[in-house]
Amino acid sequence: MSGFTAVVKRDVVLAMRRKTEVLMAVFFFVVVAALFPLGIGPDLNTLRMVAPGILWVGALLASMLSLNRLFASDYADGTLEQMALAPTGLTQLVAGKVVAHWLLSGFPLVVLAPLLGVQFDLSATALWTLSLSLLIGTPVLSLIGSIGAALTLGVRGGEVLIAMLVLPLYVPTLVFGAGAVQAEVTGLGASAHLSILAAMTLISAVLSPWASTAALRLALES
Amino acid sequence: MVTKLIYHYASPQHFYPLAGRLWPLFAIGASALAVWGLWLGLFVAPTDFQQGEGYRIIFVHVPVSWMSMIIYLAMAFWALIGLTLNARLSGMMCRALAPTGAICAFLSLWTGALWGKPMWGTWWVWDARLTSELILLFLYLGYIALTNAIDDPRRADKAGGILALVGALNVPVIYFSVKWWNTLHQGASVSMSRGSSMEKTMLTAMLVMAVAFWLYAIAMALYRVRSIILIRERHAKWVTALPGVSPTPAEGSA
Repeated sequence: MSGFTAVVKRDVVLAMRRKTEVLMAVFFFVVVAALFPLGIGPDLNTLRMVAPGILWVGALLASMLSLNRLFASDYADGTLEQMALAPTGLTQLVAGKVVAHWLLSGFPLVVLAPLLGVQFDLSATALWTLSLSLLIGTPVLSLIGSIGAALTLGVRGGEVLIAMLVLPLYVPTLVFGAGAVQAEVTGLGASAHLSILAAMTLISAVLSPWASTAALRLALES
Repeated sequence: MVTKLIYHYASPQHFYPLAGRLWPLFAIGASALAVWGLWLGLFVAPTDFQQGEGYRIIFVHVPVSWMSMIIYLAMAFWALIGLTLNARLSGMMCRALAPTGAICAFLSLWTGALWGKPMWGTWWVWDARLTSELILLFLYLGYIALTNAIDDPRRADKAGGILALVGALNVPVIYFSVKWWNTLHQGASVSMSRGSSMEKTMLTAMLVMAVAFWLYAIAMALYRVRSIILIRERHAKWVTALPGVSPTPAEGSA
């Protein structure tokens, strides 16, 4: 078994042993999505219009909340140091951790989003596009987020800091993710948005494990 | 010869006196050009026939907007050098530039709002340029927050460098995504392009102000990097030997 799959499996198993933490992020997503109609008002026409943005912002925040978990516990008990010394290479292991983070924080949102979309009276095709855009786009959140998590590892006030670092970088994903659903609703077709989302996922998949590794090595050296 | 000079001044000890000699020159240049540019802009340049006197804010607005972007590029440049060549001074330059960049981004938004109120009738529009300038300000603040939160200066410099590079890669993506988002949502309700050609004195005044802000940014960065060098190297012999510096007890992390 390669180091990559071993890390994915290990992180998923570890998270499953403490399900509350995983469920908390998912529950957060549900609660945030439920709060918006209460603030905006129950008019379905308005809700249908703002739904893609709200659900995507909710996904952004939910994915960000769980970023602290990504490296912190391994850093605290020294596992991360052993990973850095492992012959597999830290970049590969970091990529594995990011994939595990997505499976635990991004993928549940993909499954859950249509259910919440129904509350906002989205049409069936819009729901389908919403899920698809989350499926293609949320990996970017985990990938870019891992850079932020690595940079703020062991830093005072890291939990708030990570939001400041990561949220501005999430903007393009939000624009094209929510835009895909919006375009589907207005009849423009979502394929262009989804293609760009996929391109962003691929580019960040190439670059961000590398940047995260560099940031992690910094944290381990100091 | 040139490489030798670069290596010589890459050492904080040698750069400190050089920066000390250079920053007043840049500051004087900036002040002189600012006086000239403002005089041209406020008194010589004619009143715009569409926008009246209110347009004169562009003599500050356009240069600070340019600077906010150029300074981010400069930071990315220093970050790259710092990470690849492991030069200490690059990280210090990067951190010395960040506050000036943040101020420029903030001023750009502020003056833009002041201009927008009489011209568009609103302080803020979710226009592509305004939005990406706002996100640029967030990136600056994130950089400053990160580097200030990390105690170890070496890690702070490098972590900031990684962030600056990631941000620099993202800035064009953010700009184009926001631009597309904007055009899809509300159409070109507000066009920033003014007329076909600019009056000559207006253009001169703006360019003079732009150079003034360049010099200002360089002067500020050099001034700030001197303070950073002093703080970082406060235990070094050459710092304690400087006139007016009393030796500090060696405690805490440097």
